[in-house]
Amino acid sequence: MWSIYLNVAVQGVLTGLVYGLMALGLSVIFGVVRVVNFAHGEFAVVAMYAAYALFTAFRLDPLWALLPLAALFFLVGYGLQAALINPFVGRPEHEQFILLVGVGIIIVNVLLIAFGPDSRPVNLSYGFDSYEIGPLIVDKPRVFAAAAAIAVAAALFWFFRRTRTGAAIRACADNLVGAGVVGLNVKRLFALTFGLGLACVGAAGALLVTIADAAPSLGPAYTLLAFIIVIIGGLGSMAGALVGGVLIGVSEALAGFLFAPSMKSMFSFALLIAVLVLRPQGLLGQRT
Amino acid sequence: MIELWRIAPPRGRIVIALALAVLLALPLAADRYVISVLTLIFYFAYVGQAWNLMMGYAGQLSLGHALYVGVGGYVAALMWLKLGIGPWLGVFAAVAAAAAFGAAIGWLGFRFGIAGVYFALLTIAFAEFTRIGFDHLELTGGAAGLFLPFEEKRIGEWWNLRGGQLLFYYLGLALAAGAALLVALMARSRLGYQWRAVREDETAARALGIDAFAVKMAAVVISSGMTAVGGVFYAFYYNNLFPSQVFEISRSIELILAPIVGGLGTVFGPVIGAFVLTPLGEGLTAVTGRFGINAPGVKAVFYGVVLIVIISAMPSGVWPRLAALFGLKDHAR
Amino acid sequence: MTTLLAAANLSKRFAGLIAVNQVSFEVAAGEIFAVIGPNGAGKTTLFAMIAGALTPDEGTVTFAGARIDGLTSDAVCRRGIARTFQIVRPFPALSVEDNVMIGALLRRADMRSARAHARAILEMLDLADKRAATASSLTLPDRKRLEVARALATDPKLLLLDEVMAGLRPTETDRMVAILRKLNRDTGMTILLIEHVMRAVMALASRVLVLHHGAAIAHGAPKDVVRDPAVIASYLGAEAVG
Repeated sequence: MWSIYLNVAVQGVLTGLVYGLMALGLSVIFGVVRVVNFAHGEFAVVAMYAAYALFTAFRLDPLWALLPLAALFFLVGYGLQAALINPFVGRPEHEQFILLVGVGIIIVNVLLIAFGPDSRPVNLSYGFDSYEIGPLIVDKPRVFAAAAAIAVAAALFWFFRRTRTGAAIRACADNLVGAGVVGLNVKRLFALTFGLGLACVGAAGALLVTIADAAPSLGPAYTLLAFIIVIIGGLGSMAGALVGGVLIGVSEALAGFLFAPSMKSMFSFALLIAVLVLRPQGLLGQRT
Repeated sequence: MIELWRIAPPRGRIVIALALAVLLALPLAADRYVISVLTLIFYFAYVGQAWNLMMGYAGQLSLGHALYVGVGGYVAALMWLKLGIGPWLGVFAAVAAAAAFGAAIGWLGFRFGIAGVYFALLTIAFAEFTRIGFDHLELTGGAAGLFLPFEEKRIGEWWNLRGGQLLFYYLGLALAAGAALLVALMARSRLGYQWRAVREDETAARALGIDAFAVKMAAVVISSGMTAVGGVFYAFYYNNLFPSQVFEISRSIELILAPIVGGLGTVFGPVIGAFVLTPLGEGLTAVTGRFGINAPGVKAVFYGVVLIVIISAMPSGVWPRLAALFGLKDHAR
Repeated sequence: MTTLLAAANLSKRFAGLIAVNQVSFEVAAGEIFAVIGPNGAGKTTLFAMIAGALTPDEGTVTFAGARIDGLTSDAVCRRGIARTFQIVRPFPALSVEDNVMIGALLRRADMRSARAHARAILEMLDLADKRAATASSLTLPDRKRLEVARALATDPKLLLLDEVMAGLRPTETDRMVAILRKLNRDTGMTILLIEHVMRAVMALASRVLVLHHGAAIAHGAPKDVVRDPAVIASYLGAEAVG
């Protein structure tokens, strides 16, 4: 009996890593730009549709589509921050919130007009293959997606730890005034960060189509999911986003298995409330 | 009330009197479609006013106000369906239930120092949690929804809100006007000034002896209770309730549009916002419908664009500019 | 002479650093008392513990015969202690008059008398002609005055002033000194001030407490304290004296 739970939990870990990659983008953007991207999940769904389109048109495996999509979303994020969001840096939180809520509404409904409300599946040739390891049976697409998510996250960690630009961005996050004083181009670095945040989303979206079918209604759901994850992991903490993603992945998988699948996000919202009340800095975040 | 009238600028008095007279007399001339759009405007002006009180005056960002609409609507509908108690009595239970939810959220948020975006997320979490809960609640019909049956013999029972379009038109008008009056009075009260002090700078407000916790609790309880009345109106007007429709986050967002566009923390902001947004949205639906485009999507895209434009170019909303332009100063601001 | 405020053995630590160390002093009713000391001496921390913004790690604060340490800042204000902030915190979007009226509402339920009280205070602080302006549009000296006006509007028994003279020109300082002195003389209001501007301290305070590295190093009449070698050393650095 316990092997079923183990199977469910492992599925949850794998899904959670992909969720974690998506949430990582949100956490990076908040940690540096201090803007809450309330259209985060909507961007992920755009990436899902893009991966779906690439697959349908060119039979391009979403695992490969990840690279061009991450690049494309980087540009989108860079442009969005430079053109639309930058004037909002330092403005009251509710104004940033409303701006991005507006962006999110537009995305969902343009998708709705363009593709309709029905979900679009990507049928991979290996979609139903699985690996058997002892009592464990794990889906092949999920393993690939989780591995790719880890690779992208690792690349981002490397960028922030090992490159000059990454260090400059971290300096902006630590001390904005100081970063300006020493001559860093804060505006460009913010745009870069938003670009990187959306690159995570682009990559995560490509991976998500191997797990779930693309549908416009997923947008707000994924935004909330990303928020739950980063709040649980600690808003602004990169490692926290991945840990939070895994935690939510496992808890949703188990809740969906033990109760009705439609009730699984109830547990996530209850967890979010508990974390907000008991440990508002998140599990891995630092108290400010 | 008399005080408010006395301090209003003469031009403002004329505009208000004229607008009320026109709206009161309009059903004599207007067709059903216009009446239905105006009823919708009144609804959004009313719930927008309730939200405005909490965000615009007390500075607490709630993105889960659909929760109070839903709780209010469900409580009154259930009392009518299961106990035969009419909405004029049921509304008290609805207000009490929603205010209890509001108090619980407020207590958690304010006692544990959950502020700003975190508070907004707390309100969303409660609304979403409740939505999924109602999806699985048998008493309320679950995801399949709750219906108030159409009964021929009850038509005209205005005391049970079983009437035609005009009943809801005038009820909506009374709610919208009443809410504006209530907010105008509260804005000029001691509590109103304490709200603004907390909104502007909570630390400084507390240093002046203001019990910030109590003041914020008052805002969330009054706002959630007021919103529940809107929920009762919604339930008896549409005669159906679905968790996925009433509690959804998009509903919470829809309800905050009018005050943001019109002007946060002003009495006329939510009213102006509702009068600008709702007809534009409905008009767009009608026009695009003729061309066979997915109409609800178009309306939402339009709302999204309006949000971005307003918050980028006019973050304090349309009303302050209008008021300055026509010499109608909003005294309650 | 009755004691209005008594601090006994107050201490506060931040992450191992002792900001205030075993400080005791008493302020008599009707007195103007100053706390001075170099930057980082712990003056603002001491202030915050009295005003209820911080809870002391050790020691007690007694006001009008009752313990107030550990009370929240709003409760402290309701007991009759009003404060200003070193970095001014007006309600930026509200008018000058509304700012002050919110203070006046603490002890007045009806709006008319609160507004009248606010106007009288604005008159006294030379802000009457700016009462319709939004607080965010004021210059720094005006904001400092607004800060004092708002605190005064709560009718405090004890007024805590945190560097209200800083950034004022000498003539403005003299004006503020005159206003505070008149208030003290006419209403008997007790004033506790933190101040860097010695000109104001010498003119106002009957007694002075000197803090250095969180500890009280001198205590007495202003003219005696400024001649105290330990005080001079703390301000100039020990080597300058030695």
